[in-house]
Amino acid sequence: MFLETKSLSKKFGGLTAVNNVDFTVEKGKINAIIGPNGAGKSTFFNLISGFHPPSSGSIILKGQDITRMPPNKIAEMGIARTFQTTNLFEQSTVLDNVVVGHRLRTKSNLLDAVLRTKRLKREEEQCREKALEVINFTGLEKVAGKLVGSLTQEEKKRTAFALALATDPEIVFLDEPAAGVNPDETEGLAQLMKKMVDKGITVCLIEHKMQMIMKLADKIMVLNYGEKIAEGTAEEIQNDPAVIKAYLGGSASA
Amino acid sequence: MEILVQQLFNGLTIGSVYALVALGLTLVYGILHIPNFAHGALYMMGGYITLMMMVQYGLHYWLAILVSVIVVGLIGVLMERLVFYPLRHAPPIHDKIAAIGILLFLEAFAQYVWGADYQTMPTPYGQVVQLFGLTFTLQRLLIIISAIAVMVLLFLFLKKTYTGASIIAMSQDRDGANLVGINTNRVAMLTFLISGGLAAIASSLAAPINLVFPGMGQLVILKAFVIIILGGMGSIPGAIIGGYILGFSESLGATYISNDYKDIIAFILLVVILSVKPTGLFAKGGH
Amino acid sequence: MANIINKRFIIPVLILFAIVFPFVTQNDYFIHVMTLSFIWMIGVYGLNLLAGYTGYLSLAHAGFFAVGAYSLGLLTVKAQMNFWLAFVLSLIITSVLGFLIGLIALRTKEHFFAIYTLCVGYILYLIIDKWDSLTEGVRGLIGIPAPGNIGPISFETPLSQYYLVLAILLVVILIVYRIVHSLTGRTYIAIRNSEDLALTIGISTMKNKLEVFVLSTFFAGLSGALYASFIRFIGPDIGNIVITFDLLTYLLIGGIGTLSGPIVGTVLVVWISQQLQFLQDYRMLIFGPILTLLVIFYPRGIAGSIAGWNAKRAEKKLAKAQQDERFSQSPISAENQVKEG
Repeated sequence: MFLETKSLSKKFGGLTAVNNVDFTVEKGKINAIIGPNGAGKSTFFNLISGFHPPSSGSIILKGQDITRMPPNKIAEMGIARTFQTTNLFEQSTVLDNVVVGHRLRTKSNLLDAVLRTKRLKREEEQCREKALEVINFTGLEKVAGKLVGSLTQEEKKRTAFALALATDPEIVFLDEPAAGVNPDETEGLAQLMKKMVDKGITVCLIEHKMQMIMKLADKIMVLNYGEKIAEGTAEEIQNDPAVIKAYLGGSASA
Repeated sequence: MEILVQQLFNGLTIGSVYALVALGLTLVYGILHIPNFAHGALYMMGGYITLMMMVQYGLHYWLAILVSVIVVGLIGVLMERLVFYPLRHAPPIHDKIAAIGILLFLEAFAQYVWGADYQTMPTPYGQVVQLFGLTFTLQRLLIIISAIAVMVLLFLFLKKTYTGASIIAMSQDRDGANLVGINTNRVAMLTFLISGGLAAIASSLAAPINLVFPGMGQLVILKAFVIIILGGMGSIPGAIIGGYILGFSESLGATYISNDYKDIIAFILLVVILSVKPTGLFAKGGH
Repeated sequence: MANIINKRFIIPVLILFAIVFPFVTQNDYFIHVMTLSFIWMIGVYGLNLLAGYTGYLSLAHAGFFAVGAYSLGLLTVKAQMNFWLAFVLSLIITSVLGFLIGLIALRTKEHFFAIYTLCVGYILYLIIDKWDSLTEGVRGLIGIPAPGNIGPISFETPLSQYYLVLAILLVVILIVYRIVHSLTGRTYIAIRNSEDLALTIGISTMKNKLEVFVLSTFFAGLSGALYASFIRFIGPDIGNIVITFDLLTYLLIGGIGTLSGPIVGTVLVVWISQQLQFLQDYRMLIFGPILTLLVIFYPRGIAGSIAGWNAKRAEKKLAKAQQDERFSQSPISAENQVKEG
């Protein structure tokens, strides 16, 4: 087991956003979570990445319980994530945005900064190299010196990927990576996700673009009203009566 | 016992003033999500304009208040148009700084025009009344009654008229209000008008038992912030209840703890609340 | 070209100017005003680290300034302590207080943080004002000694005090410069940009925010302690919210979140205020609207706007250079170049 959730639940007041979800992320694969709007997908991500404490249940990473760890500790454990809105610093360059991504693997502190120690210089170089590496990996080398504010939506998404990758993650959670991106560019992002998996990074994403998911994902989980209603390969999901009912019977927005 | 009743009555008086100020602040926060640091300056301007109308132009107290309400309300609208509207997409730190700028300007303006001295406002209701064994000036009774009347009127306006309902709608869901055809610009201006008006009424009522001076709004606005955090940012009933809670705790604290430190009570209350609940009491559940 | 001149040239020139300034003016009053500006600058740098680089607008800084000043005043006047021991102690007192308050205040965000710190500032002010038996209340604290001798050097004259404050200021600037241009500085900026994003890339936001907050109050306390030993008399008014607004005005006019902003803003505003002596009490008639207009039209202040223009010019130049390369034979581009040069 790589990463799994055991009967994970989250209640907001009287509302159950995620209900008893058992899910395993398979190592080295592209995992996807789909479901109609308001099915609890983003909440599920927020639980795993530590932004909300679950009401009950547990999250296990490689045999270690990470259920109530704060988000920054979870990042240190090797779990990275992106947001639907990229949240990047628009007045700064791609490189400058990405450099800080490797900060969690460095140790220099305030005193190092004030005294300009060797450790700081070494670690700054290390962060820079890491940033250049992930910028190349995500295909952003041509825009590395540009301000994020002047990038296209797709380039911003790639920058967000790069920032997540700079943390040296073992698994990356992507929240609607292809939202607001045109079909050609979506294909490019899909290629990038495959490239991540080839490099040994596990991918887990939420996505609304069904075609993309069905082609891309090795394993899919379907959430509806916070509950898992199906899990399996693309083919299994497409033929699952519960899924068909949820999508046709429920809100058609997905 | 007599002291206690007397102090409760005083608490009711101060609480009424606080509630009016906090109402204006909470309305603006509800609509625009701006903590309007300049609200205290509106309160101060209200006091001076009423005073000026009475002393220089010989207007009757009530007429002077009416002029003050209109003028301060318009200052509020100007503020919204000239400052907060252009800053509606700016980072959150900016509108706070802009509000501080307005506050500094208005205080300096008042000092320039009316001087730095403490001034007393005459009132036609200075008689001392004895009722149920209590001794107080008529002005204090007037504060309580007028404040409650204003609150009832405001409540009716918000609940019973279309314009009032649109303010409520917008404070609940700005985009939604826009979609159903509410002119959000007009609502924002109207809210500032009401907010300024309420501040002017509050200061004009309170001035005869306090004093009028350029810094008179500073403490009041700080306390109003405490009140709306106590009652929930943007909540109208919360502002009223919070206002009276603070009024009572201050008047009782002044008697039974220390008169010198009574102003600190509000801030300690706030520090305690935010220490326990960093998003304030009654914050909406996060997602 | 202009950029190269900026870095290599302007900094030594400015330092040199600061060093020779007293001999150029020979005017004790000007030296006094300049020393005072330097003292304010230290406080403004503290505020800048917190509000400018980390995105937390603290309105309690006058309170911390006053705590620094009163600690020094009380330790030297009432406890008769050695000056430099008292000086170090007052910095520790302010920082510890900053740590304790930061621990709670930093759990709040945005509006709540501003309101919370506003109230903390007011509590500090009220305590100083009302605690008569300790602070002498509104009568103020008189007879604070000038900085004590360090070895053979004494700081009794305005000139020696000027150089002492200048030296401390330069150290402060160096520290801030190094922090901002390090991984630590990048970490703070990441928090300012988006706290959620910072958390997901593994940054402990609370630890970092607390670190900046304490550092920021340390600088406020340092500024206050220097002020007390320079003016030699302090009253509760130095803890008033107006002082926080003054610091904020200097920072905003100079450029919030820039390195040179605190210098530019403070020198400019302090000197203009001195020139407009007759306006002293009414200076906010001018600075209030300037503050408001600045955040609407030039939110980055003077230093930030200049940096912005330079960046734009550099971008244009780059674009033009690329164009020139492509059309190097075209006479039009050459003509353009002459016009702009």
